[in-house]
Amino acid sequence: MMDLYTRRRLINSAGLTIAILAMAFGLFWLCWILWTLLDHGLPALSATVFTQSTPPPGSTGGLSNAIFGSIIMTITGTLIGTPIGILAGTYLAEFGQRGWLAPVTRFINDVLLSAPSIVIGLFVYEVYVVQIKHFSGWAGTAALAIIVIPIVIRTTENMLKLVPATLREAAAALGAPQWKIINFVTLRAARAGIITGVMLAIARISGETAPLLFTSLNNQFWNDNMNQPMANLPVVIFQFAMSPYEDWQNLAWAGALLITISVLTLNILARVLFRQSASTH
Amino acid sequence: MNVENISDSRVSVKNLNFFYGKYRALKDINLEIADKKVTAFIGPSGCGKSTLLRTFNRMYQLYPNQTATGAIMLDGDNVLDKNQDLNKLRAKVGMVFQKPTPFPMSIYDNIAFGVKLYQNLSKNDMDERVEWALKKAALWNEVKDKLKQSGMGLSGGQQQRLCIARAIAVKPEVLLLDEPTSALDPISTAHIEKLIDELKEDFTIVIVTHNMQQAARVSDYTAYMYLGDLIEFGDTSTVFTNPKRQETEDYITGRFG
Repeated sequence: MMDLYTRRRLINSAGLTIAILAMAFGLFWLCWILWTLLDHGLPALSATVFTQSTPPPGSTGGLSNAIFGSIIMTITGTLIGTPIGILAGTYLAEFGQRGWLAPVTRFINDVLLSAPSIVIGLFVYEVYVVQIKHFSGWAGTAALAIIVIPIVIRTTENMLKLVPATLREAAAALGAPQWKIINFVTLRAARAGIITGVMLAIARISGETAPLLFTSLNNQFWNDNMNQPMANLPVVIFQFAMSPYEDWQNLAWAGALLITISVLTLNILARVLFRQSASTH
Repeated sequence: MNVENISDSRVSVKNLNFFYGKYRALKDINLEIADKKVTAFIGPSGCGKSTLLRTFNRMYQLYPNQTATGAIMLDGDNVLDKNQDLNKLRAKVGMVFQKPTPFPMSIYDNIAFGVKLYQNLSKNDMDERVEWALKKAALWNEVKDKLKQSGMGLSGGQQQRLCIARAIAVKPEVLLLDEPTSALDPISTAHIEKLIDELKEDFTIVIVTHNMQQAARVSDYTAYMYLGDLIEFGDTSTVFTNPKRQETEDYITGRFG
């Protein structure tokens, strides 16, 4: 009969081994994906990728119009979605203890948060693209903003709820009106978390394909008019990767690498930022 | 429960009842808080001492379903009156909490925050006020070279003194201390007790404490509470050496609670 101590040690090492194997399994695929991406993407990356627009098949070109379109739609989508998200999240966290409006909003927000992005794309297609009768950059922006809003609402509410109630009480005890408490104390205390949430939202929308397919679609030429269809990296990758032309496929790899690098950078930045402020506050 | 010898009363509590929803947490409390003295509330957990303290600045109003009836008279006004301006009341009745609660801003701004709410001071006057408050709270020497640094970087005891400085910087009439030293080490506790002794020159102080020795050391009057009732109230020395009620004696001698 094994004594209790040996038994416990054996179970411990068995558990640890399984956990490490599971991690290695997950990491293996991740590394493979990254490796394939670097392997195909790096050779395709060149200065022309950033300077020339998407080419017709068989001629050289780049992704400048798609990069520009992606950046501009991500920025405008974030600029529209973030204030709405922060304000709504603040409402839920700071005013949402009483009444029915907050629980209902929170529920709808949860539904929106887990809604497939293609549904959001179809929605914008139906209410906007169909009305103006053509695809446009603004429609893409709208779809991306709708994806940003629930993410920012959720993180803002969660981060504000992490602010200890005693901090609010302390500010109230000095005679501060509620708007000052929220602006100068609680939002400030939750700032790092909220910024992290916004950055994660940016990372999320910079890779979205489905909502843009129905809204901004694509544009083979350089276009800075938001009322016209706009090229963007996800849709270009989708189109070029499915094509039979090798030049297009290579450009799709380059685009995929670019998106991955920027999303990775945003995620790392968000983490560093959150950790920094967690240590000082 | 009358205390004959409080001639100079600052706050008088009359027939105060307090409810958490339907639960009656304070039962017909009558009490006089003496001007520029320290009054301590003691009693076992859940006896209502913090609840009583939080009615003085209507802190309970932040939460739904909490109500108070009766009267708390301060400067001829009933604090519990519906028309009472809460923010003005809280500027007059300052509060320090159990856990240090520095705001996420610099040490200087922590103190200036409350002052700016109700007074328009020039830069010079504000500098002086911050220095005055920090000196009063016995923190000036430790922080005078780092006023621009975050208040969150201070030690627990320093943070609590920062909170006291913040509360007195607005020059309140009454200062409520809700177990101000229970999260602190003995040295910081001694600092703050000494401070309370000095602050009563300028302020009327009410302190809630779990620590009976602390009540005996710092207070002039003591109220013993149990299950929402005010059992005994009087001179601290009388309450601790010659209590009138058996329950009080059982509690302070450690037989109960």
